Amino acid sequence: MPALINVPAKAKRGDVIEIRTLTSHIMETGFRHTADGKLVPRDIITSFICRYNGAEVFRADLFPAIAANPYLSFFTVARESGKFEFEWIGDNGYSSTASTSIMVE
Amino acid sequence: MNVPVTRRNAVLGITVAATSLIVPSILRAQSAGRIVVIGGGFGGAACARALKRADARLQVTLIEPNKTFISCPLSNAVIAGLRQMEAQQFGYDKLAAEGITIVAQAATAIDTQKRSVTTADGTAFGYDRLVVSPGIDFQIEALPGYDAAATEKMPHAWKAGAQTLLLRRQLEAMAEGGTVAIAIPANPSRCPPAPYERASLIAHYLKTNKPRSKVLILDAKDSFSQQRLFETAWKELYGDMIERIALSQGGRVTSVDPATMTIVTEFGNYTPDVANVIPPQRAGRIAEIAGATDATGWCPIDPVSFESKLVPNVHVVGDACLGGGIPKSASAASGQGKACAAAIVALLAGRAPAAPRLTGVCYNTVAPGYGFSLAGNYQPKGDIFAEVEGGATSPVDAPRELRAREAAETERWFETITADTFG
Repeated sequence: MPALINVPAKAKRGDVIEIRTLTSHIMETGFRHTADGKLVPRDIITSFICRYNGAEVFRADLFPAIAANPYLSFFTVARESGKFEFEWIGDNGYSSTASTSIMVE
Repeated sequence: MNVPVTRRNAVLGITVAATSLIVPSILRAQSAGRIVVIGGGFGGAACARALKRADARLQVTLIEPNKTFISCPLSNAVIAGLRQMEAQQFGYDKLAAEGITIVAQAATAIDTQKRSVTTADGTAFGYDRLVVSPGIDFQIEALPGYDAAATEKMPHAWKAGAQTLLLRRQLEAMAEGGTVAIAIPANPSRCPPAPYERASLIAHYLKTNKPRSKVLILDAKDSFSQQRLFETAWKELYGDMIERIALSQGGRVTSVDPATMTIVTEFGNYTPDVANVIPPQRAGRIAEIAGATDATGWCPIDPVSFESKLVPNVHVVGDACLGGGIPKSASAASGQGKACAAAIVALLAGRAPAAPRLTGVCYNTVAPGYGFSLAGNYQPKGDIFAEVEGGATSPVDAPRELRAREAAETERWFETITADTFG
């Protein structure tokens, strides 16, 4: 499943807008063992970045205690029409991106 | 044995003497105790009946505004047109005949200091012990847009009665090819598997009458009770008629707009033709009036006596209590009502109540002649009820004969529990 993104399609200049993201990921902690005693290797998303017309507006570091399918919600100020880009980076070279646009009046 | 006389036990001795000589002579002249039960559902009615049967001298008063009880169990079959509403209705005549005083009023105020309940008509009822079994109310503030008027356009049908029939009529009126959305809240909620049974039976109605239509589940949960059984049955019986958007797919409903029939989730908007919106829940309002609810909106209890942890001499049973591992169901409420009655009888006699062993049973019918079940055993463990060994769920791979047998058992279970409570 691709990432789920919720950014208002339109906003007034200066509005505080809520952005919601949810991406599918196992978030394997690296602390669990299989039935035969082998450690299940860690496989988590380690960081998330949101850019607004190229400039970083939000970043988060993620850790093993965060549940599968991380859901992040945050706020920013609608300054100009353009593009929000989202990037998730994780263990084993994991990388995933998504983008959406906004019209600011 | 020589016990040194101290100020403390000397005083105690006087108290004991006073109690044993004077108070009992007053008590003997009266009944064994006054119990008021608020709420005549599976929990309250079972409790009232068990109290009176345990000790005929108890004055048991059951306060319930509705003269007819309408059962939620099997009401999904009414929505799907497989059952008549009349089969869901029960009266309190048999309870009255056993000597229980039935008061057809709403309880509106409780004074836990004076131990008195007041009803809407202003009558006050004193009690030694109060049992509160009000079922659920909705957390309307948790679902913006879902006010009283919205329930007429987007029925919850989560309290059986007019809402059940409204949803039924909306399904009948829907055009072929339409979408029926079911919004499901997170737990704790009344009867956790029931929304999925409802989705199944609505799909059965649509497949039979409007086969191009769809059921869309918008779910605030990722996993649910008996999920594999449901999903296997859906595939087998209904192909892709039922679509489910789980929590991690953005299924949690955050608000509704009845004017445009819009259901808003965290990641999208939906405009179904029929919207069955089941809002988040909490204990029935009177539990809050009693002061028995905590920040969760539910009632913490001592799992042995069902006595509230917040107010003395008030017991809470059924959906309203925090039952730990026990899912909120008619079967659990009935068991809790009876166990609470036994605890009250023991407490009134000055004995410690015995730890109850409870069983919860849940039957699901996904189509006529296709049922499965879950049974669990529960015992007090520390502060709450914990599930213990001996539970069983129907196998996922089972022949249709077993499903047919379990569907027939569902009917027998219903006849048994309603006869036990009201018959």
